[in-house]
Amino acid sequence: MAFDSQYYNVGYLDRLSYQDTFVHRLDPRTKLITTLLFLFTVISFSKYEVAALFPFLLFPAIFLTVGEIPPGFILKKVLLVSPFAIFIGIFNPLLDHGQVAILPGLTLPAGWLSFASILLKFFLTVSMALLLIATTSFPTICHALRRLGLPSIFVSQLLFLYRYIFVLGEEVMRIVRARDMRSYGRKGTEIKVFVRIAGVLFLRTVERAERIYFAMLARGYEGDMPVSKKYHLTTSDLAFALSVIVCLFIFRCYPVTQIIGNFFRGIFS
Amino acid sequence: MSHHIVEFKDVCFRYPDGTEALHNLSFRIIHGESVGIIGANGSGKSTLLLHMNGYLMPTGGTVNIGDLHLTRKTRREIRKKVGIVFQNPDDQLFMPTVYDDVAFGPQNLGMDEEDVQKRVRAALDLVNCYDLINKPPHHLSNGQKSAVAIAAVMAMEPDILAMDEPAANLDPKSRRLLINLLKTFEHSKIIASHDLDLIFDVCKRCIIIREGTVAADGPSQDILTNKILLEENNLELPLSLQRR
Repeated sequence: MAFDSQYYNVGYLDRLSYQDTFVHRLDPRTKLITTLLFLFTVISFSKYEVAALFPFLLFPAIFLTVGEIPPGFILKKVLLVSPFAIFIGIFNPLLDHGQVAILPGLTLPAGWLSFASILLKFFLTVSMALLLIATTSFPTICHALRRLGLPSIFVSQLLFLYRYIFVLGEEVMRIVRARDMRSYGRKGTEIKVFVRIAGVLFLRTVERAERIYFAMLARGYEGDMPVSKKYHLTTSDLAFALSVIVCLFIFRCYPVTQIIGNFFRGIFS
Repeated sequence: MSHHIVEFKDVCFRYPDGTEALHNLSFRIIHGESVGIIGANGSGKSTLLLHMNGYLMPTGGTVNIGDLHLTRKTRREIRKKVGIVFQNPDDQLFMPTVYDDVAFGPQNLGMDEEDVQKRVRAALDLVNCYDLINKPPHHLSNGQKSAVAIAAVMAMEPDILAMDEPAANLDPKSRRLLINLLKTFEHSKIIASHDLDLIFDVCKRCIIIREGTVAADGPSQDILTNKILLEENNLELPLSLQRR
């Protein structure tokens, strides 16, 4: 059943984020900020840059291994959204007929190069964002955002979204199952049925929202979500942030691939 | 101690769509009493509980909690005194982790972080769920959810505890644990339920509601053994009293 498996997939990503490893234990603020820095650095490269992007693969690789995240799971998720990136870049080889010299004596068609650059940037940014979510539980990301100054109203929206997406998901699952059981081999997926299910879900959600609001009032809610101050920056956070920033800086400003290449060429010649 | 008294005097309530849910309902519960509220489906049990801390306001008659007369002005005070545990723990546990949820009430009372942590710890210890402190509610079983929902209310240190079907959705062992837990609370307790054995175990007094008014009020020992009275109200003898 398509809905069931999708639902459990989200649940799996969520479960991963509650593991206990070095990456999971880092302060959510450091992870959030370093990930954002990483994204901006990757995006800042020119559209024909490919070689300089390869060193950045180190970051997802480290997050994967230290955070004990199964690589297959992340790869599958990246592939799932890849059509977007492919369609953005697919016409470059057809439209851009220029030639770019990457090494003396070696030129490549500019179109293909920019296509590869787009794909690589896409892979780096999406896998890193996924890894952030897989290594940081959603509530802690929300707390980080709140501590970084995002208005409380947005943060509470996110928190409620996270809390009730699973409740709602289970409700949908029950309804979909009930429909399948009584559609006797017919698909039962006509638009009419779908509209009714959506209507029922909406009404149930409104009623639930009312009960939740009452539960909040009953415990003294007065319009402002309390902020907890459970997280403290430790030295390992600072060390982590510092090393990431230094690495990003080096990868951005120096042609690391070329240096390594020259180094090995020096050894073998 | 007069301040833990719950008093309903000729309370009437009509929903905006015209359904009359409560009609001249009166009772008085004194400090430390545990009272079971029973009755058929739709007899008004849940509506009654929603009056206990001012979510619904009576359209006639008065509700007094302790020395406070329930009005729109006093209901904030009253909510601190009366803790309500809802039937569906998913409605009650609205924060993303167990800690945040149990801490929600104390934080709203304006306590500082250290006291909040103490309260959370005490409340979770009370229901034997301290290990769950960092879990998100959707990773808990129904029994754990119910226990945490009770802890969340207990963290407010209410004088009066009101519960709507506390044992619904619980497996027999969780239900038994809940019953034992409830027996240890010294609060005034008001429990609305169809689980007559639970009421028989936990509550000394029992009130039957029929069509929004009190049909019978007395010791559980008398009421829950009165087969005719129970059957008139769509109920039956508690299973433990039925001979086969």
